[in-house]
Parts: sequence; structure tokens; C-alpha cells
Amino acid sequence: MLTILFDGIAYGMLLFILAVGLSVTMGLMNFINLAHGAFAMAGGYLTVVLMQRWDVPFLWCLPLAFAGAALLGAVLERTLYRHMYRKPHLDQVLFSIGLAFMSVASMDYFMGSQQQIMQLPEWLRGRTELWDGALGMGHYRLFIIAVCAALTVGLQFILAKTRFGSRLRASVDDARVASGLGIRVNLVFAATFAVGSGLAGLGGALGAEVLGLDPTFPLKFMVYFLIVVAVGGTSSITGPLWAALLLGVADVAGKYYMPKLGSFIVYSLMIAILIWRPQGLFVRKGGR
Amino acid sequence: MQKRFFLRAIACAAVAASATTAMAQDKFKIGLILPMTGPFASTGKQIEAAARLYMAQNGDMVAGKKVELIVKDDTSAPDVTKRIAQEMVVNDKVSVLAGFGLTPLAFATAPIATQSKTPLVVMAAATSSITQASPFIVRTSFTLPQAAVAIADWAPNNGIKKVVTLVADYGPGIDAEKYFKDRLIFNGGQVLDTLRVPMRNPDFAPFLQKVRDLKPDAVYVFVPSGAGAALMKQFAERGMDKAGIKLIGTGDITDDDILNSMGDVANGVVTSHHYSASHNSPLNKKFVAAFEKANNGLRPNFMAVGGYDGMRVIYEAAKATKGAGGQALLDAMKGQVFESPRGPMFIDAQTRDVVHNIYIRKVEKVGGQLYNQEFATIKDVKDPGKAR
Repeated sequence: MLTILFDGIAYGMLLFILAVGLSVTMGLMNFINLAHGAFAMAGGYLTVVLMQRWDVPFLWCLPLAFAGAALLGAVLERTLYRHMYRKPHLDQVLFSIGLAFMSVASMDYFMGSQQQIMQLPEWLRGRTELWDGALGMGHYRLFIIAVCAALTVGLQFILAKTRFGSRLRASVDDARVASGLGIRVNLVFAATFAVGSGLAGLGGALGAEVLGLDPTFPLKFMVYFLIVVAVGGTSSITGPLWAALLLGVADVAGKYYMPKLGSFIVYSLMIAILIWRPQGLFVRKGGR
Repeated sequence: MQKRFFLRAIACAAVAASATTAMAQDKFKIGLILPMTGPFASTGKQIEAAARLYMAQNGDMVAGKKVELIVKDDTSAPDVTKRIAQEMVVNDKVSVLAGFGLTPLAFATAPIATQSKTPLVVMAAATSSITQASPFIVRTSFTLPQAAVAIADWAPNNGIKKVVTLVADYGPGIDAEKYFKDRLIFNGGQVLDTLRVPMRNPDFAPFLQKVRDLKPDAVYVFVPSGAGAALMKQFAERGMDKAGIKLIGTGDITDDDILNSMGDVANGVVTSHHYSASHNSPLNKKFVAAFEKANNGLRPNFMAVGGYDGMRVIYEAAKATKGAGGQALLDAMKGQVFESPRGPMFIDAQTRDVVHNIYIRKVEKVGGQLYNQEFATIKDVKDPGKAR
């Protein structure tokens, strides 16, 4: 029972890190980026390549995955995404899904289509059992939870307490007024986009072990990202966090207790929540 | 001017067309349709490499005709497979269709084989009923029930009585579950629960935890080979081996192609299958060495051996018919008995399906590399799916 809860939380945390960037870009720039998973995949592959070809230690790979994906995000934002901000949503969706397909095809071409397998360092492989096996915690999952919790606190701090955070929130609330006040909205957006992509990359790197990594990653998990964002709402980071945790626990528990229903639990939960609160679980009054 | 150009083009095309028909008579064409891109690309790669190896070893002349191998990628989409097969039969005039990485691909193409009376050699797909889809289908790979039944025979005699099955929720997975379960119960074993994992499952954690809490002697697993690696890792991470639960399955999960990269978590896993790259016979040693040499150290897996034997069946049949196709070629394929790298095998003349030994193997480290080491043999296993 507790083990299931634990596994669910670890899974939820992972989903959160993967999806939080999407939620921010969607809330912030009103831009639907379906290619978000491509950045996660980039981070995952970067880690696998670094570890397998150059024997970089796993802990070093994580910041590198973040940096690599963030760089990729920044470059693409400046060159491609920027032109799409003012386009209608249909154009944005078509553009970004096209990008996702291109990333799938190019990964397939360069890395091959097989599942990538990576070897974790020894100290992350063990497992701790508490209370006579009532709670079993894989060390790697524990590590995921710790990293993701630290990131969440950090993100929340940046958003709420720093000058960049207030600029960001101002730009979200009303980009025109914010730019009138001298905030360089474009730069804020670019930075946020890069950080969001970087977080996805980090999530991809962390998740490669648990979720698997192959070129179809962006499409396979797109649905999950979108559920997290739809259920959590796009105006804060606590919304997607709770949504991701809820989904993670529901998914794992559902599969444990009702394996016959399989992955359907997540969808029924989403439908129920969206009927109850069509704006998402956590939405500020008066927000967009 | 335009018109004249058009006429000239037609004339050229006509000449070209008649030239190809003339050429076709002294050529024996094999249409090999494989998934060369997408998630099952490794299947295509293995089979193509094996087919080319067979041709390199046995020459490209058969019964005085030049063998031409036409390889096309179907991206594992059934409608594409069917379209390519149609083009191959109508335009290229192939004598044999071969390949077929997955069950639905073979089923989609079966009607074309029947209508055009073209023998169709299945080199990979393993669902039992494929050979019943057309009287022109011959199989050189294996059937899943063969492997599933073998491990169900072995398990109860080796201290594994209580088993939980965990299979991917699709055709072959359900086949694997059904035949294993029936045979295990028949042998006095017990199936505590049957778990089916959705194909696009992100995390095995809940299923494995369920298995752990049921405390069986072993968990019987069938998942597509890529997912198998992830599953085995989580199996080890969850400490299931320490909880006294063994991992058994059909050989798909310890696919030779990726076994090495799975690492030590695969060590000790017991599976049943018709082929291991470490099969101890002079023929297999020669096959593996030649295959690795020609493919940059790639280890052949059960897909490769299916392709290799498929080419053997086609070659020998073509020799017997002196290069004629159609029904005669099909008849020459039936009943072929020969030694394959996997061991002795034959094509059952009635079912057109493969009959071969199934080996029980254990993953062990040999010279720093992981191999499926065969330690028990079940002789001449017919497809249990046809017995009914």
C-alpha cells in the first residue's frame, strides 16, 4: 500500500518535471507547444550518449542534459518559435506537432529505433525496506523525488521572490502593460522557454531509466503532459505539481488494484476533473 | 512537339517494359518486405543481414537463374506491407514474398499470396494462426505457443509451481499467456493471477509490485524485446529476486541482439526459445562468426536465424522446381528437412509451419558477454496452436 503510494509519487514527480515547462509556456505565452516532449527526449539521449560513449558520471549528465536541452530550446525559440507567437492556435499546433514528428524521425535516423538502455551507478540501484516490507523504496525513485522536490521549491522561490519572477508574472498577466513598464518581454519569454525546455531535458534524463527512451518518446508522453497541464491549469506551478502527483498516484494505484482497467484510470480521472472544473484544478480567479 | 515527345516517351516505356519482362525470365526474384525503420527496425536489420549472408555463402545463382533480392521497408504498417506486396507481385513479378516482421503485417498480405498463388515465407511473425490465413504461407521463424508450452513443461519439474503471468496486452502476448497458463495448469501448476500490461505502458512498477505481493515462485513474462530490458531492470530494482521470485519467459525478453546491453540484471533469467546465438553446433558457430564479421560485430538473434532459414527454404525449393514459381514452388517448400543454425528443423507439409527443438536456456556470462546458455532440449515441438 505505502509502496504503491511511494511509486506513484515518484512517477508523479517525474511527470511534473517533464510537464512543468509546457505548462509555463502555455500559460505564459499562450503557445501550445506539442513538441515539448522532443526536448525531454533530447535530454534523455544526451545522457545516454554521454554515459555510454564518454563514460561521464550520471550525476554530471543531469546538469548537462538540462543545459543541452535549454540551449536547444533557446536556439529554437529565437529561430522558429518566435514567429509563431502571433499565429492562430491551429498554426501553432500544426507547427509544433510537425516539429515533434521531425524530432522522432531524426532521432530514429541518428540513434536507431531501439530502446536505449543505461546503467545507473551502483549507489542508486539498491532498495530500502521499512516496516517489514510495508514500504519498499527503490533508491533511484527516492533520488527522483528528492531532485524533483528540490527543483519545485527552487522554481517556486524564483517565481515568487525574485525580480525575474515578478517580471515573468507581470509579462504573463499583461504583456503589453509589462513592456510599457520597461520589461523586455521578449527576453523574459525566451529565458523562460529555455528553462522550461531544460527542465524537460532533465526530466527526460531522469526518466530514461523508468519510462524508457526511444525515438517515439515525444509522442508517447505527449498525452500525459497535456493531461497534467489541462488538469493542473497553467497559471502557477503548484497546479501542475498537484495534478502530476494525483495522476501519478492514480495511474500506479489503478494499475495495481485494477490491472484489467489498465491505463484507462488516468483518462477517466481527467474527464471527471474537467467536468467538475473545466478550467483545471487550480486556477486563479481573473487569470487568463 | 509536345505530342511527339509524349509518343516517344511511350515508346521508350514500352521498350523498357518488354526488356524487363525478358529479363524476368532469367531472374529469380525474392521480395523481402521488412520493417526497416520505426520501433521494429532491428527485426528488419537482422533479417536482411541474414538473407544477404545466405546469398553471399550460397551464391546468387539458383537453377541457372540469377537471384535478385528486393528489400522494401514497410515501416511496420499493415496497409503499407500489403501495397508493397502487391507492387512486387504485379510489377516486379517476384516468385516469393518473404519477411513480415509482425503478425498484422503477415495477415494483411495473406490474401495477395492466395490470389496471385505466390508463396509467402514468414521469417519473423510468431502468432500461431498466421499459416492458416493462406494456403501459400510457409513459416521459418517460430510460433509463440511452441516456446510458451516448453517453459510451462519445464517449470513445474523445477520447483516452480505457483506463477503469475505478466504479458503485453496484444495478440502475441495473449497467445503467450493462454498457452502457458493452460499447459502449466495441465502440469499441476497454479497460475495466481494473469496481468496484462498496456502496450504504451510508461512504468512497470505497479504490475511488478502486484506480482511481489502475490508471492509466486516465479513470474512469467512476455513483452516486446525493448520493453523487456526495462522490465528486468525494475524487477531487480524492486528486489524481487531477493524475495525469492524467479523470472521466466519466452526467449523474446532475452533477445540476443540487446542481451549484452541489459547488463547484469538479465543474469540468471530462464527462458525457452528455439534459437540462441550460443547454440552449440559447428553450423551455428560458423553462422554466428560469419554474421558478426559481415555486420560489424552485430550478434545474430532469432530473427536473423528465421531469415537465414527462410532463404534456405526458398533456395532449395527453387532448385527443385528449376526456378518455376507458384504452386510448384510452394510444394517444394513443404516437408523440407534440414539442419539450421538453431538445430534440426523441418517444414511440416500439412501445416506449412516450422517444427524444431525448443531449448530451455539460462542467461550466463561467457567470456565477459551475456549469452543464453541452453541446458535442456524439448525435441521436435510442433505448434500447439494447430493441434486443436
